[in-house]
Amino acid sequence: MMRIKNLAMLVVAAGLLLPLAGIAHEGEAFPHAGNDPYSQASLQRGARNFMNYCSGCHSAKFVRYNRVAKDLGIPDSELRANLMFTSDKPADTIQSAMPAADAIKWFGVAPPDLSLIARSRGTDHVYAFLMGFYKDPSRPTGVNNTVLAGTAMPHVLADLQGVQTAIFKSTEAAGAPEFEKFELPVPGTLSPEQYAEFVRDTVNFLEYMAEPIQTTRRDLGVWVVLFLLIFTGFAYLLYKEFWRDVR
Amino acid sequence: MASENSGTPQGSGLWAWINARLPLDKMLKEHVTEYYAPKNFNLWYVFGALSLVVLVNQLVTGIFLTMSYKPSAAEAFASVEYIMRDVDWGWLIRYMHSTGASAFFIVVYLHMFRALMYGSYRAPRELLWIFGMLIYLALMAEAFMGYLLPWGNMSYWGAQVIVSLFGTIPVIGDSLAEWIKGDYYISDITLNRFFALHVIAIPLILLFLVVSHILALHEVGSNNPDGIEIKKHKDAKGIPLDGVKFHPYYTVKDTFALGVFLIVFCSILFFAPTFGGMFLEAPNFDQANPMQTPPHIAPVWYFTPFYAMLRAVPSFLGTQVWGVLVMFGAIALLFFMPWLDRSPVRSVRYKGPITKIALGIFAVSFVVLGYCGMKPPQGIFPLLARIFTGLYFAFFLLMPWYSRLDRTKPVPDRVTYDAH
Repeated sequence: MMRIKNLAMLVVAAGLLLPLAGIAHEGEAFPHAGNDPYSQASLQRGARNFMNYCSGCHSAKFVRYNRVAKDLGIPDSELRANLMFTSDKPADTIQSAMPAADAIKWFGVAPPDLSLIARSRGTDHVYAFLMGFYKDPSRPTGVNNTVLAGTAMPHVLADLQGVQTAIFKSTEAAGAPEFEKFELPVPGTLSPEQYAEFVRDTVNFLEYMAEPIQTTRRDLGVWVVLFLLIFTGFAYLLYKEFWRDVR
Repeated sequence: MASENSGTPQGSGLWAWINARLPLDKMLKEHVTEYYAPKNFNLWYVFGALSLVVLVNQLVTGIFLTMSYKPSAAEAFASVEYIMRDVDWGWLIRYMHSTGASAFFIVVYLHMFRALMYGSYRAPRELLWIFGMLIYLALMAEAFMGYLLPWGNMSYWGAQVIVSLFGTIPVIGDSLAEWIKGDYYISDITLNRFFALHVIAIPLILLFLVVSHILALHEVGSNNPDGIEIKKHKDAKGIPLDGVKFHPYYTVKDTFALGVFLIVFCSILFFAPTFGGMFLEAPNFDQANPMQTPPHIAPVWYFTPFYAMLRAVPSFLGTQVWGVLVMFGAIALLFFMPWLDRSPVRSVRYKGPITKIALGIFAVSFVVLGYCGMKPPQGIFPLLARIFTGLYFAFFLLMPWYSRLDRTKPVPDRVTYDAH
């Protein structure tokens, strides 16, 4: 009896501590990016997208080309020919082609390094950002963003997506009007579905770059926990065996 | 080989040779193989051993992290990413250390709550309790300084907030905050000294305190869920009738507990090392930036109950020091537990309804305050924080009265134990 009560109390105590996990996700709710870090094909497409569209301005200074090639199954020749634009040494990290001083002159701010952006902002946030550009003639870049209002980043993917217009709900209250939906008067070279897929692959690659070990980590974790389950099972039997003598 | 020391193994061989010169065998007997612990320990009694395991985990992984970490503002952040990406198994070592930090507080909080429930702080265990509280203080200092080392943006601003607390102390506050930082703001100098304190000074203090804690425990003997002394009933050889040898009985039980603990620990480490932003916070994946505050600064979860109390107290007489006093007071009160509790019995099992309710309110207050501390101080949270800060303090400050007035049940002569 006593033991069941104690177990119950422990569960209650753990129950009081653990819901802390659920409340950590704060801030705005974004639609799910839905990317899959286990899909190598998606990661390869994401790497291509990143090198072609992002790395002109953004560095990924903690990520090495050859590590990407190894993890994503990209042959060395392919890597050198199609993915390395700012360096000819595969062991180098990904640097931006744009000097920071020029960037500040042109955009007012140096584009952030993207090595860890998927961890510091979250994949859903980055996905929504890349989906959220809309036409705004009042901005120097001609576009604004629903996720990061007043962003200095131009819509570099406008050729692919086209330029959306944003429809806002008319609100009586003062302050920022509430976003309702996008419209796409001039489509780009990709269909909306293809564009979403393009962004998803790119976000997938960003998530990979933020923690290259993540798939290995999870795969290894399964074996570790399996081992521990067996170990704990035997430890329990041993414990019961020893304690049989205690009267 | 004759020995004057009775109890020293006779004979030849290395073991005897050593024991003639160093009381290894004697110490092993005293603290492990012939340390008699009450046989009626329940699940709550595994957290002491578990915190020792986590301490060793922190020390060992800490040593390996130190081999690749660079304690400078220019290089710290990049060196952590270097550990995560380029050092063989560096990611595992780092996650063991970061998950271990939170695990340390989980097991220590449960260990402390156990002591509160069963009255393990009562005479003759006051000093044991005080050593435990000092360990808790050292642990908080250790965690706080360690948190600055990755030099992420939350590291930076978290340290900024905590150090500025000292700045609220009248007259000496500003100089004190400056003295802690070694600079006018959190800088390379601060990072360097926090590194020194985190990797050598406080671990040394922690080890000294842990050894003292265990020596004090073994001197007075362990309490148990019934809160009675097993030393009252001994057999002809002076062995407590309700005691079992720590080894093998509790080593084997703790091994099982360790297995369960590791299943939880490794599940977090391998499948959710950031634990939804609670063990590793998202803004800490941005390098420290003195020009840009994170949208919402909150300390790591294990400090949030005290942070909530800090914010719950309004400033008056032109100073905010009151919140700081309340926060430190909340910790200081715990030191006085042995003298606040005036109940004739130790264990909650034989205490009355008032004590049980008070203990429940205390536990709920701690959790609710922890929750409030994570949230921005808006809406319902400031009010909740105030109410539960009041309840938290009431638990301690009213204890001398309610613990004496409360009904008690008769305490058994021998421990309650069902054989397996």
